[in-house]
Amino acid sequence: MASTSTTKLTEPATVDPNVDVTPETRGRPEVSGREVVFEVSDLSVYYGSFRAVRDVNIEINRHEITAFIGPSGCGKTTVLRCLNRMNDLIEIARVEGRVGYHGVDLYDREVNPVEVRRRIGMVFQKPNPFPKSIYDNVAYGPKIAGTKGNMDDVVEKALRGAGLWDEVKSRLKASGMSLSGGQQQRLCIARAIATDPEVLLMDEPCSALDPIATARIEDLMQEIKDEYTIVIVTHNMQQAARVSDRTAFFTTEVNPESDTRTGLLVEADSTDKMFSNPSDERTENYVTGRFG
Amino acid sequence: MALTSTIGIGGEAATRSVHDQLTDARPDRTGFVFRLLLLGSLGVSLLVLAILFYDVVTTGAGVFTDRAEAFLSGSLRTKADAAGVFQAIRGTFWIGVFVVVFSFPIGVASAVYLEEYSSKGRLARFLDVNIRNLAGVPSIVYGILGLTIFVEQLSGITGGRSLMSAGITLAILVLPIVIITSAEAVRAVPQALREAAYGVGATRWEVTRGQVLPYALPGIITGTVLALARAIGEAAPLLLCGAVTGLLPGREGLLDPSQLQDRFTALPIVIAEWARNPRAGFSEIAAAAIIVMLVIVLAMNTVAILLRNRYETKRS
Repeated sequence: MASTSTTKLTEPATVDPNVDVTPETRGRPEVSGREVVFEVSDLSVYYGSFRAVRDVNIEINRHEITAFIGPSGCGKTTVLRCLNRMNDLIEIARVEGRVGYHGVDLYDREVNPVEVRRRIGMVFQKPNPFPKSIYDNVAYGPKIAGTKGNMDDVVEKALRGAGLWDEVKSRLKASGMSLSGGQQQRLCIARAIATDPEVLLMDEPCSALDPIATARIEDLMQEIKDEYTIVIVTHNMQQAARVSDRTAFFTTEVNPESDTRTGLLVEADSTDKMFSNPSDERTENYVTGRFG
Repeated sequence: MALTSTIGIGGEAATRSVHDQLTDARPDRTGFVFRLLLLGSLGVSLLVLAILFYDVVTTGAGVFTDRAEAFLSGSLRTKADAAGVFQAIRGTFWIGVFVVVFSFPIGVASAVYLEEYSSKGRLARFLDVNIRNLAGVPSIVYGILGLTIFVEQLSGITGGRSLMSAGITLAILVLPIVIITSAEAVRAVPQALREAAYGVGATRWEVTRGQVLPYALPGIITGTVLALARAIGEAAPLLLCGAVTGLLPGREGLLDPSQLQDRFTALPIVIAEWARNPRAGFSEIAAAAIIVMLVIVLAMNTVAILLRNRYETKRS
């Protein structure tokens, strides 16, 4: 079955007739006995000649919430955006190393980034709904993916999944922009899960929201983590401690010759251990508030 | 003046002290003069426009009160009181059609390529600088280009000195303007919108088609209409491409496509011709033709604003 995922990633929008690809299994390759979704090894990211992050090695497990924490500029977001090839949009960005996804290197030449993003959805720092109706926001992904079946059901399922259905069911034709910030962010989550991805990448999804909307999103993450693998970047250590199963701590080091800063991954472990008894002194200093 | 510390001064005295400091207004004389200067500059341009407008309307209004219909439907004549602008309106209309049909799709496509597809390297910068320079090339140079290519080389298609040659020449003349304004509109599309679409697995084409172009449309429309207004006001390239200043035979209707390969005339040409004719009555009909042209340009701008508002409300 692992080979199925390989071919599907490299063949855009075509379906192997020998494999039963129902909407339920689409985007969710069955990988029996294997819990690891991502294996990132020796990942470095450059912007032009500037090395933004170096030597990141981390594994991300299935149906867990992994939090990336660390001070500003430490490369959390940069690494996150490597997990669905979003860095491709930045022309000067260059990636070295390997981002393994179920054994496939996402940066392999044959891999189609469009197909990657269909399986690995993303929620951004600022809510960014399309300037369209609530319905069209959610339906956009399935529509371009050529999803068959009743679109109304797809939209309802995604909005229910994002905990927004009851608030918007009577006004699906209203603009997505007319919602409050917290609702907009849940709309973006609905939009991301509408294509039925396996992974959700969340880049500081609550940084533009008030505490109540934040709590609502955090609850939602707990509700959906049985279905999705979630990676969240957060500035907020309490948030990481509250929601995540595993935590990865990034920091920066100064390059003495150029006075620039390069990010690096210090350690990644279970969240309990990271916040109570981390192996690295730098992690301890950060989580206890002595630095950062 | 820095606020003097009020620590240690009790109650009312403190209030009075702070009040005095906060109300001690320094007279901003330079600012006042500067403001007058700005207002004056605005006044000068408005005044010039007002004088021009007053002059044109007072001179030309008589033609419309006496024989509006005959003037709008009549042909070029040697006598001022029998001449009309229909042939000129017809020529200007077709030039506008050529500009919209050619420069709009090509210009928008070029802009989308430059902004969304090309890598932002040296070549893109080189192209960008060149397009900006092209927008500043004098129109007579484009006239010579039209004369060489469309009138002479491609005379089999265009009919030589013809409406088609002139229309395509003017479409090329305003192409850089359409590209620049469209590219700016595309550049102004928030990156977050593109990321949102890429994030759910859209291809570059789907992002461009579904998100970028709809968002940029109001800006693109505004730019195109401004370019159109520029094109229909041009006279110099038309003279080289076969515009007639004297009499124009033929009585085709406004939409008759058979005229495309024939000689033609246009409003700016007619205005120039009449305005320099010293005989009685010609300055009046020149002014009347100017009014016709102003009305057309104004109508086009109105349509552009309406369209822009319509699409802008759509995206909020």
